[in-house]
Amino acid sequence: MNRYSIFGTALHRLAILCYVVFALFPLFWLLKVSVTPNDLLYSEGVRMWPSRMSFEHFRFVLAHSAFPVFFRNSMIVAGATAVIVTLLASLSGYALSRFTFRGKYWLVALMLLTQMFPLVMLVAPIFKMLSPLGLTNSLTGLVVVYTAFNIPFATFLMQSFFDGIPKELEEAAKIDGATQFMAFRQIVLPLTLPGIAATLGFVFTAAWSELLFALMLISGNSAATFPVGLLTFVSKFSVDFGQMMAAGVLALIPACLFFLFIQRYLVQGLTAGAVKG
Amino acid sequence: MASIDIRNVRKNFGIVSVLHGVDLAIKNGEFVVLVGPSGCGKSTLLRMIAGLEEVTEGEIRIDGMRVNERAPKDRDIAMVFQSYALYPHMNVAENMSYGLRIRKAAHEKITAAVSNAARKLELQPLLARRPKALSGGQRQRVAMGRAIVRQPKAFLFDEPLSNLDARLREQMRAEIKKLHRDLGATSIYVTHDQIEAMTLADRIVAMHEGVVQQVGSPLELYDRPANLFVAGFIGSPAMNFLSARYEVGAGTAGARLPDGTLIGLSSGYQLEEGAAVTLGIRPEHVEMSPASESSLRATVDLIEPTGFGIILHLGLHGLPFNVFTLDRAALTAGPTVTVAFPPQHLHLFDETGKRALESSLQKGKG
Ligand SMILES: Nc1ncnc2c1ncn2[C@@H]1O[C@H](COP(=O)(O)OP(=O)(O)O)[C@@H](O)[C@H]1O
Ligand SMILES: [Mg+2]
Repeated sequence: MNRYSIFGTALHRLAILCYVVFALFPLFWLLKVSVTPNDLLYSEGVRMWPSRMSFEHFRFVLAHSAFPVFFRNSMIVAGATAVIVTLLASLSGYALSRFTFRGKYWLVALMLLTQMFPLVMLVAPIFKMLSPLGLTNSLTGLVVVYTAFNIPFATFLMQSFFDGIPKELEEAAKIDGATQFMAFRQIVLPLTLPGIAATLGFVFTAAWSELLFALMLISGNSAATFPVGLLTFVSKFSVDFGQMMAAGVLALIPACLFFLFIQRYLVQGLTAGAVKG
Repeated sequence: MASIDIRNVRKNFGIVSVLHGVDLAIKNGEFVVLVGPSGCGKSTLLRMIAGLEEVTEGEIRIDGMRVNERAPKDRDIAMVFQSYALYPHMNVAENMSYGLRIRKAAHEKITAAVSNAARKLELQPLLARRPKALSGGQRQRVAMGRAIVRQPKAFLFDEPLSNLDARLREQMRAEIKKLHRDLGATSIYVTHDQIEAMTLADRIVAMHEGVVQQVGSPLELYDRPANLFVAGFIGSPAMNFLSARYEVGAGTAGARLPDGTLIGLSSGYQLEEGAAVTLGIRPEHVEMSPASESSLRATVDLIEPTGFGIILHLGLHGLPFNVFTLDRAALTAGPTVTVAFPPQHLHLFDETGKRALESSLQKGKG
């Protein structure tokens, strides 16, 4: 390595470091506030770490708040949405990638169109529709709404992954004796695992952190999801930052676990060696 | 093994017609090469035989059975793709056995077939590797192995060697030929490389713009190309063409070049006096001769030694003209040379170039 490239590498690393610090700092602050005892929160000024650490907020949130219920609700809603959306988006993305059919162009246009509206516009009509169906104030209702909103984007995402898999692989499988569906299941699907993982992750996080619809469609604690639950720490007269941050830290855990679980599928290069190269 | 009949097959993609009625009967065990420039519809035809493209019109029969409506899996053929199309998530053995596994063949039969094919293709040490850990040549072998384990009725090859470097290509070409000799399976091989076509084929099918131009043995296509396209496509360096007018003199026939030189022809062409024709002569058939009445003077533009022989790039009245000679004296040729065209090596084509004209003498020979 010559001097120039050492310098370049160092600069490059430094830039990445700056970015990582910048991106992670709010999370650090979240953690810091969550372990700061209430009496120190306002009295110590701005410090990187409190002089005394305590887990009292965590204890309170877990034992005396409705947080465990929010947490469970969020798990159900985000998990179900992620699975359903990924399943449907795989099928529709595959169809868009591989088949030509009548109305394909308009279907794609329509799906793009749905992505153009600010969601706020849709809150009232959706409430109107779900209410007679008994789907307001219910986790099922949320899953239905989240699924509907996430499918178009997830479909495009999956389509791009399918597009990246050479058509010849399926053709080879078909000549080898596979039906279209077998070729999909045995050849294409295993190669799309990174895409499936990415889609699962994307939809899960989106549903996990969705606030607007959760707030509008759900009233009361029993069906509230975690973002709505966070707001309960804001009362008319004060914000209980410590507990709120503790809840926030807890809410990060499933998302982190989830990505830890799928990250090995996110690693690219699974299709290497399929065609020439 | 099987015969394959292609009857008046047409293919349209939307409003674009890419095959305009192809007829071809392939005998059991025959090695047929489809050759033609890129985009002429070779792959399309092959994919229709495989069942990967629908037949717009006409009929394809395998072993006498119409297969137009059959799915690829029910045609019992194997195909080797240009890109190899190996399954990246399976190792070599799994790649080769996939077809047998989904047909639920017995375990022992699969193992035997795979090890047999692996031995033929020298793949034994690689059986546990994934495709990405293989070189281009090895991948190519695996693709071949995947085709032969199933012992299909016919093999289809779509430019299987074009991703290999020149030396490996030559080597694999010989192996494919040997493999065909051993297995004797009906094979259809697509290539744009006329050398591959010449060396591999029992019969060559020369295609151009969705139309079959000529079908015949390699030497038939070389010796007696049916039209200008085949004449120019088969052979390297390519045949030289000169436009001329047909003239009949006292007992002799000739072709008058624009500069006035009269080139002697064999007699017996059914042509009118003054008819416009195209003369064709292969570079290897041109004679470098001392000046005479029917010889032509050409300028030497470039001398290319190939080791085996020498290619002279000449300018004949400003038009490019190639000569191939084994005579090393040509290395020092120039600045001008005289060339002559032996009548028995001249090809004559009508004005449109669609038809080769034959003298009665040549007809007798064929
Ligand atoms: N799926 C397709 N849709 C439209 N046109 C196609 C399609 N496949 C091939 N073609 C056209 O058909 C012609 C023949 O293609 P192909 O059979 O691949 O040629 P070759 O293999 O001889 O190079 C080309 O002009 C190509 O653009
Ligand atoms: Mg092709």
